[in-house]
Amino acid sequence: MIRLEKRPQPSRAWSLATPLVAVLATMLFGGLLFAVLGKDPVEAIRTIFWDPLFGEYAFYFRPQLLVKGAPLVLIAIGLSLGFKAGIWNIGAEGQYIMGAIVGAAVGLAFYPYEAWYIFPLMVIAGALGGWAWAMIPAFLKVRFGTNEILVSLMLVYIAEQLLASASLRFLKNPEGMGFPGSRNLQSYESAFNADLIEGTGMHWGVVAALIAVIFAYVLLTRHMIGFHIRLTGEAPRAAKFAGVKPARLILLCLGISGALAGLAGLFEVSGPAGQVSIDFNVGYGFTAIIVAFLGRLHPFGILLAGGLMALTYIGGDIAQSNLGLPAAAIQVFQGMLLFFLLALDLLTNFRVTLRKVEVA
Amino acid sequence: MKLTTLLTSAAMALGLATGAVAADKTKVGFVYVGPVGDGGWTYEHDQGRKAVVEAFGDKVETVYVENVAEGPDSERVMTQMALEGADLIFTTSFGYMDPTINVAKKFPNVRFEHATGYKTAPNVSTYSARFYEGRAVQGTIAGNMTESNIIGYIGSYPIPEVIRGINSAYIHAKKVNPDVQFKIVWAFTWFDPAKEADAAKVLIEQGADVILQHTDSTAPQAAAQAAGNVITFGQASDMAEYGPKPRVSSIIDDWGPYYVARTQAVMDGSWESVMTWDGIGAGMVGIGEISDAVPADVKEAALTMKAALADGSYHAFTGPINKQDGSAWLADGETADDGTLAGMNFFVEGIEGDIPQ
Repeated sequence: MIRLEKRPQPSRAWSLATPLVAVLATMLFGGLLFAVLGKDPVEAIRTIFWDPLFGEYAFYFRPQLLVKGAPLVLIAIGLSLGFKAGIWNIGAEGQYIMGAIVGAAVGLAFYPYEAWYIFPLMVIAGALGGWAWAMIPAFLKVRFGTNEILVSLMLVYIAEQLLASASLRFLKNPEGMGFPGSRNLQSYESAFNADLIEGTGMHWGVVAALIAVIFAYVLLTRHMIGFHIRLTGEAPRAAKFAGVKPARLILLCLGISGALAGLAGLFEVSGPAGQVSIDFNVGYGFTAIIVAFLGRLHPFGILLAGGLMALTYIGGDIAQSNLGLPAAAIQVFQGMLLFFLLALDLLTNFRVTLRKVEVA
Repeated sequence: MKLTTLLTSAAMALGLATGAVAADKTKVGFVYVGPVGDGGWTYEHDQGRKAVVEAFGDKVETVYVENVAEGPDSERVMTQMALEGADLIFTTSFGYMDPTINVAKKFPNVRFEHATGYKTAPNVSTYSARFYEGRAVQGTIAGNMTESNIIGYIGSYPIPEVIRGINSAYIHAKKVNPDVQFKIVWAFTWFDPAKEADAAKVLIEQGADVILQHTDSTAPQAAAQAAGNVITFGQASDMAEYGPKPRVSSIIDDWGPYYVARTQAVMDGSWESVMTWDGIGAGMVGIGEISDAVPADVKEAALTMKAALADGSYHAFTGPINKQDGSAWLADGETADDGTLAGMNFFVEGIEGDIPQ
């Protein structure tokens, strides 16, 4: 009979191995799914994982990986700090939107004036926009004990309405023939978050994501706040005795994750996306939750996980186009990744043993 | 010796010919904003793609990607199609406009066709349909059929496309029924069954017995069916499964003929950048079968209207028409110009309520 025995200590080996095993299991079962759909599974897996990196057109797709991965990493880093402390910000999507709206609004307020300080101001405004939106659930939780999961999630829908309103009214392009959407920041030099080196995909958002990874690593391993975050998550009672003030930690964690999500939104709207539009947000804030867990809430893990998710998106679109795989199959494939990760997580905390059933 | 030379050159010619045929296979890409199974907007574009496959068989290869978000994702998908040798790419959502222009700059030898936008380039055409002509037919039926004299309208976003539709439907409903009144709910979505159902219910509660929609799901049809004695019209696709009642007719987007013609133009080398805005006459806007729930005389009036719009003897915006604030817009017999229609941002006289902006 198969039994699960709780490990006295979480297994370090399994903790590192599960993401890899999960990826392999996803390839295996995803391959089966593709085979059932009548596609060559090996070719499908190769198209998704290999072609964007080493295929014929990799010169184009590699920079795209940075473009797609940077917002995921930036948001996931912020979320991971809170998740480690048991503070659940589910509304990064809304904070991402608010960062984009506020940042773009500051830039557009200067249009068509050109000056070096416009983009830095937009960056600050973007971070503040995301931070302020995250402060709503933070304040309500600290003051009234509301559930931050619900409040932050509901605020996503409000942010989406504000986004529609911005696209149709206060940020609408006056030269847009009445169509929704703001001016395109890509054609406004002072506000354009261009590639730092043309064609590399390396824009300021990618730089910010890398800085955030290092910053989070140092914070968690070298700083008192990082210790408090970990302690609160792992042993809340001990944290209390150690003098951790929960209210301050809530404000801090939600604030950082909101600001980083806002930054991600600003870098996106001023760079790759270019304009505030009704459908500006494409789910980075929600996907980042998967990225954070796939990366084991560890900064470097998140970096790798963000890259992997970006790969499945880009490879998935290539597979649709070249192999005729339906979009839904690609989504199932991505879902499998999280499913296997969570399922295999069991092995970190439990040992599987085979034992004879004793006859009573 | 001669014979061998002959054979060799024949074989070479054949080889060259087959090689040329393989290279001649025209590759056409389609970028979709929704899933092909949405039953509305994207579904109809994919029907258009299938029409291309049917028309040219082995001479074309079509590829498509569904659920492509507007913005950088769409730019990447278009670039990928262009890199992989597409000759012609249809980008089927308004939000793909700037990405289409960006990618077109990088691939001057690839032709692009952007739906519903206004920016063109030497290798970028735009195309859209005069859906407001369909709305005129719809308004004629709605005005005749309503008993409460209240017609409910589910607007998506307050943009010219939608406002044109509301105005056209209102003008023609009013023409056959001077007491008619429009109630408009803005759903602020193109596709959200839950929101659309709520909007339909609110309108029905306010006394509407006709529901017109500019959103793409069948949820309003279901809500009308549940309420009973309310009629609806299919939007974007036929939605025939809700006939003969509540769905009494529909406006169908028929992209097939256009897609076939443009693919043919690429094959002939006659492709040029154009701005196409076709209506019922060219077959881009189809009117779905008018069901038996509509009395014969009303059906005839609707078909007469359709025929007049198709042969160009009647324009859906023919004066006298005043703007909502009472100021004159079109004099008696004057017809609207395309520029005003393209940027239409006002209601016509008689419609209550403001355009949110």
